[in-house]
Amino acid sequence: MNYFDVSAVQADFPILGRQIRGNNRLVYLDSGATSQKPNSVLDAERDFYTQHNAAAHRGAHQLAEEATELFESARERVAAFIGSKVDEVVFTKSATESINLVAYSFGNAEQGSRFHIEAGDRIVVSEMEHHANLIPWQELARRTGAELVWLSVSDDGRLDLTNAESIINSKTKVVALTHQSNVLGTINPVNEISKFARRVGAFFVLDACQSVPHYAVNVKELDVDFIAFSGHKMLGPTGVGVLWGRQELLDEMPPFLTGGSMIETVTMQSATYLPAPKRFEAGVPNMAQAVGLGAAIDYLNRIGLEKIHQHEVQLTKACLERLSQIPQLKIVGPSDMELRGGVVSFTLDGVHPHDLGQALDQYGIAVRTGHHCAWPLMKRFKVVATTRASFYLYNDLADVDALVSGVERARDYFLGR
Amino acid sequence: MELDSLYQEVILEHYKRPQNKGLLPNQTVQVHHVNTSCGDEITLNLKLTNGVISEISWDGVGCSISQASTSVVSELLKGKSSDAALSVIETFQAMLQSKGSDRGDESILEDGVAFAGVAKFPARVKCALLGWMATKDAISQSLALTGNNAKKEQK
Repeated sequence: MNYFDVSAVQADFPILGRQIRGNNRLVYLDSGATSQKPNSVLDAERDFYTQHNAAAHRGAHQLAEEATELFESARERVAAFIGSKVDEVVFTKSATESINLVAYSFGNAEQGSRFHIEAGDRIVVSEMEHHANLIPWQELARRTGAELVWLSVSDDGRLDLTNAESIINSKTKVVALTHQSNVLGTINPVNEISKFARRVGAFFVLDACQSVPHYAVNVKELDVDFIAFSGHKMLGPTGVGVLWGRQELLDEMPPFLTGGSMIETVTMQSATYLPAPKRFEAGVPNMAQAVGLGAAIDYLNRIGLEKIHQHEVQLTKACLERLSQIPQLKIVGPSDMELRGGVVSFTLDGVHPHDLGQALDQYGIAVRTGHHCAWPLMKRFKVVATTRASFYLYNDLADVDALVSGVERARDYFLGR
Repeated sequence: MELDSLYQEVILEHYKRPQNKGLLPNQTVQVHHVNTSCGDEITLNLKLTNGVISEISWDGVGCSISQASTSVVSELLKGKSSDAALSVIETFQAMLQSKGSDRGDESILEDGVAFAGVAKFPARVKCALLGWMATKDAISQSLALTGNNAKKEQK
């Protein structure tokens, strides 16, 4: 069933017209790593540079006004997209920077501050985190002497919450969790887990990189304090990420990166800082990229996130069903569609993911192979690596067909010889 | 087909029947190398006897290229002096970093020339080099160690 005109969508993405390794049609199944960009996003970025380029928030000339206006209107679009106040949206260079911003800001908080973290405190993550939501907390724990503890993952790829209450104990200052696993596709029951965090007064940081691009995420409905996501995974340019935080927290948190734009007053010896979001946006911002992200959001809104989600569910379901029929293939992650996004990881007995990915590439099919920046999760499932297909609005059932027959062909290539 | 230029029969043969796989004891040094982009890892034991590589044994997990390549290097360098071995490794490395222009000298590299095609796949060069770089590291460490021991004995 068609939830929207997929071929019209495909026509908006010039790269999908490319031929790969000879004259193969590009079958792009790596949107979990980065999405492709529609013309409207490329045009918006180019239009910014050709018509409006100037440093936002500086200067009294017309271009500076226009640049500021465009940059701030991108912020408004992001805010509307996630249901937040405009000043709660901080532009960063990436989701990775967004998470580091929170971790370093907490690390900079002095004793007495509610953000201060010290030995004896606890930081809780999960075993399914992307390195971007693991290493910043490892480092914060190392610098402060706090203890890093984690929720484990069950065999079916779900978070094990049986002992969540004892793990998220009264010493816990931060709970950092992914909304959807970039490897397993598992969508975590965020509000169920944040109850444990609320009970002990811990801050809740949500890595929303794999959720915000694919289905409606509204911060008013999520009981969390911060969410981080990246522009390039949601049709936007690289070099722009978002941190959303509750305003009363952002306005009180110490800065992370310091310099121009983020100050209120400066003397030779000290400075005071602006409230959020400017407090966290030192330097001339990534204006063209933010504007491109605004155009990406317009594009997603035009299609409708609910329809995009339904479309991806349909593809993922078909993919899981068909791949499961290959005898040598094992799905890593939930095998049903309950609380699951459009990411399918698998292994093929006797064929290493790197070799499988190489063969698929030869047929024009782009998948991700490796540890997916989630090394601990690979160890948890006792695999070196997996092959991952991830879907987005421009994929269709022909892409699923191509993947399935590509996997079978690769299997015969390596195991048949 | 281009896939065949990467996956030569020799490579798949070594992948299916890896040589010197399974760690032997009494090594001079043990090294552990990881391909950070894909998580492949190998542990390699090297025994240096009077400046000659008397044993190379290894264990690990990884793709066909990394496993076959480690099998080849372990077979090729056994019995060679450390200097000769380092020079062969240099030849192999040059071939892989040539982007396909250096087809490799079979009289030096033997089965190793099967990896010439890998040079055209930049993402796989690290896979092919994993075992070789581990061996190079193991030789250097062994030399440093035996050198130090020799100095100690002189004292």
